[in-house]
Amino acid sequence: MNKLAKKKPLFLSWLQLRKGRARLIVAIAGISFADVLMFLQMGFRGALFSSAVEFHNSLNGEIIMMSGRSRSLISLDRFTERRLYEAAGVAGVASVSPIYLNPIQWRNPDNKEIWDIYAIGINPEHDVMNLPGVVANRQQLREPDTALFNSGSRQEFGAIAQQFESGKAIATEINERQVRVRGLFNLSPTFGINAYLVTSDVNFLRMANFRRKGLIDIGVIKLQPGADVDKVLTEMRARLPSDVKVMTRDDYAKAEVAFWSASTPVGYTFDLGVVIAFIVGAVIVYQILYSDVTDHLPEYATLKAMGFRDRYLLVVVFQESLILAALGFIPGTLIALGIYRITNIATMLPMAMDLGRVIFVFTLTAIMSSISAAIAVRKLQTADPADIF
Amino acid sequence: MMLNSAAPAISIAQLNHYFGRGALRKQVLYDINLQIDRGEIIIMTGPSGSGKTTLLTLMGSLRSLHEGSLNILGTELFDASKEQMLLTRRNIGYIFQAHNLLGFLTAYQNVEMALEIQDVTAVEADERIREMLAAVGLEHRMDYYPSDLSGGQKQRVAIARALVSQPKIILADEPTAALDKKSGRDVVEIMEKLAREQGCTILLVTHDNRILDLADRIIYMEDGYLVNRSDVAAIVQRRFSVLRK
Repeated sequence: MNKLAKKKPLFLSWLQLRKGRARLIVAIAGISFADVLMFLQMGFRGALFSSAVEFHNSLNGEIIMMSGRSRSLISLDRFTERRLYEAAGVAGVASVSPIYLNPIQWRNPDNKEIWDIYAIGINPEHDVMNLPGVVANRQQLREPDTALFNSGSRQEFGAIAQQFESGKAIATEINERQVRVRGLFNLSPTFGINAYLVTSDVNFLRMANFRRKGLIDIGVIKLQPGADVDKVLTEMRARLPSDVKVMTRDDYAKAEVAFWSASTPVGYTFDLGVVIAFIVGAVIVYQILYSDVTDHLPEYATLKAMGFRDRYLLVVVFQESLILAALGFIPGTLIALGIYRITNIATMLPMAMDLGRVIFVFTLTAIMSSISAAIAVRKLQTADPADIF
Repeated sequence: MMLNSAAPAISIAQLNHYFGRGALRKQVLYDINLQIDRGEIIIMTGPSGSGKTTLLTLMGSLRSLHEGSLNILGTELFDASKEQMLLTRRNIGYIFQAHNLLGFLTAYQNVEMALEIQDVTAVEADERIREMLAAVGLEHRMDYYPSDLSGGQKQRVAIARALVSQPKIILADEPTAALDKKSGRDVVEIMEKLAREQGCTILLVTHDNRILDLADRIIYMEDGYLVNRSDVAAIVQRRFSVLRK
């Protein structure tokens, strides 16, 4: 060791926290609680958005066409498939494929209860949905009264996936027709859709006999390799009447997210939840730091008398707040991961942790603790060294 | 006569001090004049509320001056900036009636705190802390927290903390008040011995008659006035005559 090395400063903030064991545990518990709340709100929000666009992202095409009045999968309007074939004439388009969408009544084969299921009618000859189960089994949908079932469905629809995988033939009644399940695919439930069913356009019109052939919900447009998407879109918009709109698949997914976040109470609810968790956490940290500063006021006054600057004490309190933030964040994150897993099993919602969210919540925790520290240190000014004699 | 050339440790002239504002303003110190030489050990005594502690906090650079002059080690504190007052405090060791140790630090760390604002190497700091704790007889209690020490031991840690930075002046307010007779006497003797070794000036406020013999000089304060030693007898006389009537 270097003989001339400066004395290492005492880590006063940590020594102080460590000595108040009970207070330290309460603080860590409080911050963990706030972090868990924030993670959950963000997790639900993230699950809502990522599940809402799983269908969109599965579509095998660069451009999507829909009615001018369509807003979301749960707020659709129909348009004539003639528009899709008009668009097919634009240079750069390789193929087009119509899709029918409608909730239909599914009878749970186990207990005969009726539940709405979201039916997707595709042309079984077209590779239009890029989901493993659909790609593998779509040809089978050419047979009448067949469907593919969603293995990510909630239990209300019956234990279809388990029974299918154990080799059992499953048939149930839809619109007074016996429909057989021929395969499984996976789409997560969303806040608006509990389960999906994929079938052929022909079978779709049999199951939903109130729908008219030729009036479709979305059109999937596949471009030739190397085609300029923006150019094709501009050309289509110039050519098509305003009863339909066309957009890239990414914009289609973004529009769905925007719908949930802006046009339903759901996005707002979760954002507010994050804000409330933040405030709860800040209040807890403030309470802890304030009583900590108050209890140590005579000690701080002594330090001031000894010639320590106010800045030294400020740094101590801010360090305490950041140590608490870090110590509370670790168990908070672990608990949140556990609850994500449990929620995923219970609801099938795709609750996933990503690094961005971890960093964001940590930043919020640090800000929360710093704000609390900034309020608590005002108490420090009442530590008057002249009072200690 | 070498001492004559050195500036006095503390020099006070025509100092007046007040508490309160406006109509409630009340004078607590009247025309204080006092000179304390380096290395002197002074005991200040007097009844409660006579202004001893106020004078002590003024000398300790813990309070701003209202009127008069107060010079500590050559620094004038009248109209001094906050920064000047703070830097002056770093040359003074304080010993309080309550030990005022930091409860979450061990005896060793409490003494170490005094070196946090000094420019020392790690090796030197460690040596000084151990030496000082040994000097107050606590070499076997270095890792104890204040809550595990007796009153006398705590006060000895406080003395080690005050002296480890080798201050020029020690200000002590009733350091024996919370201690029994034996440990009170011990504590002050340790303080006196160490201060003499370091050539440090001590000003000690006390009511404790048992330690008056340790002082070079005793000053007496009453009702905000410093009273000469020769006048003390007169005051006592006057008191007695009042009582007789």
